[in-house]
Amino acid sequence: MDLDFTQIAPSIPYILKGLGITIQIVLAAALLGFTLGIILTLFKISKFRLLRWFADGYTSVFRGTPMVLQLLIIYYGLPQIIGFEITAFPAAVIAFGMNSAAYISEIIRAGILAVDKGQSEASLALGIPYRPMMKDIILPQAMKNILPALMNEFITLTKESAVVTVIGAMDVMRRAYIVGGQTYRYFEPLLIAGIIYYILVMVLTIFGKAIERRMRKSD
Amino acid sequence: MIKVTDLEKSFGGNTVLKGISTEIKEGEVVAIIGPSGSGKSTFLRCMNLLETPTKGEIWYRQTEVTDHKVDIMSIRQNIGMVFQHFHLFPHKTVLENLTYAPMTVKGMTTEEAEKIGLNLLSKVGLAEKAAEYPNRLSGGQKQRVAIARALAMSPEVMLFDEPTSALDPEMVKEVLDVMKSLVQTGMTMAIVTHEMGFAREVADRVLFLDDGKLVEDSPPAQFFTSPRSSRAKEFLEKML
Repeated sequence: MDLDFTQIAPSIPYILKGLGITIQIVLAAALLGFTLGIILTLFKISKFRLLRWFADGYTSVFRGTPMVLQLLIIYYGLPQIIGFEITAFPAAVIAFGMNSAAYISEIIRAGILAVDKGQSEASLALGIPYRPMMKDIILPQAMKNILPALMNEFITLTKESAVVTVIGAMDVMRRAYIVGGQTYRYFEPLLIAGIIYYILVMVLTIFGKAIERRMRKSD
Repeated sequence: MIKVTDLEKSFGGNTVLKGISTEIKEGEVVAIIGPSGSGKSTFLRCMNLLETPTKGEIWYRQTEVTDHKVDIMSIRQNIGMVFQHFHLFPHKTVLENLTYAPMTVKGMTTEEAEKIGLNLLSKVGLAEKAAEYPNRLSGGQKQRVAIARALAMSPEVMLFDEPTSALDPEMVKEVLDVMKSLVQTGMTMAIVTHEMGFAREVADRVLFLDDGKLVEDSPPAQFFTSPRSSRAKEFLEKML
């Protein structure tokens, strides 16, 4: 067995620096994905057929193609159409955000459908308009039900973000790979990257459980 | 106050209401009774357009509710509704359940809405539950909160859709008592109910629905002692 961490130990801070990039990409993409996801959901349950078609088509395309392809299209392909370069960070945020929105919209839609119909009837009977009804009555209840699924999607996003390596963003994954190339030892830096991702996911899981407990206070 | 003309409602191929005409006058308490499946709940739900009628007209005061151009939301503010299964907002406290609609719909300030809300809660005997979440309440308490929530919008009419049918027997009385005190304030009420004793006591008129038709429309004294139709007779024999 040939495992030697002493050689790459000096590079550990370098790899850890990538955590900042990873977290920034994930947070920005999650925010974008969540916002787009809510909008897509509203389209999906809208009474206008055109909006429903658009949202269903969107979901179908983003779920039906590999995420790494979507990332490459946005990073390498899109400049050809729009005429200017996109740097790795925004490209990653856009690709992951748009991809995540497709999944999140399905999760939220299921959550909304699971809210008792009586809630919207009670709101209507009180004369509460659609917008506040959705925002204050239906969505909060849907969110509570779907929190575990949403957290799961967030964790998936965190792990999948390692794909930005292919467009050269200096995240944890990329840095581990670079250290491997410099020292000709790949196992140790990749193992360290793995540990970093694992700890990140564990922190998210604990955080998610805490939110869930808070939201269950009305039970 | 509410005038219904030739009201019809079908779900798919199933016609639930087959031409109902009647009028509820201001200050009147109308009990709507009939066998299950007779269309009484659907009839009630048409009045605030929770169900869209297939045919016919409904007028609320000077406004045609069934007119597509009408602002149904503003009409609904004047028509309170209480459901069989309460439908309280589970993520809001009891007091928030009462204050949400007045603040959102009428633009009331928090203080105003809370003052009205607390006042109503003490009227239904639940002032001490203001900060609780609905899931901590019994069925009877939930329904009293639901009544208070509807009243918080200061409606002119109250619709009750089998308000005691989902309750344990020992909780029926507390809800009926709240409704009786509401009758005393002169509130216009339409009540779908299976509580015959209650209907007899508080109603000014009894509407008996059977198979989507308004079979009988008479004062309770007459309806419960000598119903005209054989269907009503049969029904009452089963109920009493």
